[in-house]
Amino acid sequence: MGNPYIVPAIVAVTLATLAIGFYGLKLARTTSDFLVASRVVSPTWNAAAIGGEYLSAASFLGVAGLILKYGVDVLWYPVGFAAGYLALLLFVAAPLRRSGAFTLPDFCEVRLHSRGLRKLATAFVVFIGWLYLVPQLQGAGLTLTTVTGGPYELGALLVGAVVTANVALGGMRAITFVQAFQYWLKLTALAVPAMFIVLHWQGDGRPPVTPPDGLTFPTATTVVVEHRATLTLHDGSTREVQPGEELVFQAGEPVPHVSGVDTAREMDWLLPGNDAGGLFGTYSLILATFLGTMGLPHVLVRFYTNPNGAAARRTTLVVLALVGLFYFFPTLYGVLGRVYTPQLLMTGETDATVLLLPVAVLGSGALGQLLAALVAAGAFAAFLSSSSGLLTSVAGVISTDVLAHASDRGPGQRGSVRDFRVAALVAGLVPVVLALNVASLDVSQVVGLAFAVAASSFCPLLVLGIWWRRLTDLGAAAGILVGGGAAVGAVMVTILGPPLEGWTAALIAQPAAWTVPLAFAVMVAVSLATRRRTPPDVGSTMLRLHAPESLRL
Amino acid sequence: MEQPTTGAGAPQRTRIVLADVVRRRDHDRARAELTEQTQVGDALVRGLVRAQLALALRLSVVVAIGLGALPLLFAVAPTISTVKVMGISLPWLLLGVGAFPFLVAVGWAYVYLAERNEQDFTAVVRRPER
Repeated sequence: MGNPYIVPAIVAVTLATLAIGFYGLKLARTTSDFLVASRVVSPTWNAAAIGGEYLSAASFLGVAGLILKYGVDVLWYPVGFAAGYLALLLFVAAPLRRSGAFTLPDFCEVRLHSRGLRKLATAFVVFIGWLYLVPQLQGAGLTLTTVTGGPYELGALLVGAVVTANVALGGMRAITFVQAFQYWLKLTALAVPAMFIVLHWQGDGRPPVTPPDGLTFPTATTVVVEHRATLTLHDGSTREVQPGEELVFQAGEPVPHVSGVDTAREMDWLLPGNDAGGLFGTYSLILATFLGTMGLPHVLVRFYTNPNGAAARRTTLVVLALVGLFYFFPTLYGVLGRVYTPQLLMTGETDATVLLLPVAVLGSGALGQLLAALVAAGAFAAFLSSSSGLLTSVAGVISTDVLAHASDRGPGQRGSVRDFRVAALVAGLVPVVLALNVASLDVSQVVGLAFAVAASSFCPLLVLGIWWRRLTDLGAAAGILVGGGAAVGAVMVTILGPPLEGWTAALIAQPAAWTVPLAFAVMVAVSLATRRRTPPDVGSTMLRLHAPESLRL
Repeated sequence: MEQPTTGAGAPQRTRIVLADVVRRRDHDRARAELTEQTQVGDALVRGLVRAQLALALRLSVVVAIGLGALPLLFAVAPTISTVKVMGISLPWLLLGVGAFPFLVAVGWAYVYLAERNEQDFTAVVRRPER
């Protein structure tokens, strides 16, 4: 696309990631360095690292795209993504750190002493991790295609290879530095262009976001038709278009509505309550994002690097602030995208809003191109950091639970460095192969489904495990199988199944509102029915989870 | 392993000024109460867990009302959505900007109150013998 800065910017981000990884490698000498950063990472570093890890392609690209398309109703995505950390802080952060558990399977072992439950948790960690990794790699491929015109496979392979190498060679200490760097890079990459864009919008005399006569093209725009569709023009007339046709719109011409591209019209966009799933969908989304964050494996693994429970709390609070600060910007891009890149509403490729907006607003001069390169670098940082974090946690459970078991060291024993590297290769290869072969999935939707699965499996396990003495291993396993299994089923139907209509569609597309209560109910009911299996040491476990470290028990 | 000191003689008194011996002895007793799951120790831990859970639930209710009621409010009273503050309609302002400082404020309150609960617990455990 003729922007000379984008490729160097992406290469620079990748090299910086590798360089910080190798700098960390020199510091990481022992197995414990590799796995948990020796537990000496300060809250601020750790919080930036968690933020860097958490803000994935779905946050960096997806949120702005959704807002451009659907308007105020999807603001619940960023709010929920941030509020998840509040739920984590209130119910999980300090006790989880005090439990000493490094992964979710570790937590099962510490609290309920059950090998079977440990295996089940491992399976869910790997499933959620891969469900989250595939769209990251696909987003990387699509970004490379959008901004450089390069092949899709190259982007997915590049990010997959860089991340796998970095995780396998540097382990987690390196990853902590890499992630913290990535957070600040991502924030800068959105904030700096946003300032220029807003100033330019002011200079334009603040063109309205929802003009009374409908959206208009800011400049002459050519749209190439790829699929047969029906355009509904502003005066209500319709027009059939054929693939290959080039539509030329002059500046000031109204934007037509394209059949098959689901977007919200003016008032629906501006005002809440016009979601496809209605109130049910909104509340289901709120439940999934608020409660799902605590069940994401790459988030939990970070808590072990806090020195104690109080530090874990403070870290979570800083993360909440950092993540909230970040989410202000995607909203801005989504809103101003309606003024400057309305053609994306015709193509439906709204995930490209953030990437295209700088040039669309500031022109293709040096400034616009430099800012576009900065945004592209930030997007790559998003793919690299989320994938690294996910891969570290998936590799962590594979090395401690699958490989260590196979080599007769028994589950729960810290695997060797070599085990961890082998696990990282395996854990990285599978999603790369999937990303290259599976038909393109919608980034934000799949990430939302991963949240729903986490909210209906690990959230009840953690909350009940930490606060309720009578939880038993059978109860926990039944709750995860029924609630998490129902969510996994809904995911499979959404991704592979036929399109659904009416209430079934709402229940399947946003399953959290029924799968989360189901998981809690089953877990409590089965635990009460198997009361005799309550672990005998639950008292001392509770003491360990909740007593402050200052007592030095 | 730390040995309990007798702490009776005069030379030891000078060390007590440093609050070392007395604290360690009390601390050992408290530690034993807690770790050996005596009735007192168990009640202390249950009290702490209950206090922390009640705090977390109370703040969840604050969020459930502050944020969770918004979709319902917008659905029941659509006129609220059309209110504009500084040229931005209210739902956009509440969700796009206001929600984040609100969440951080609730989180800050939780960290402060949860640490106070823990200090209370520590104070009870370390309380010198009556």
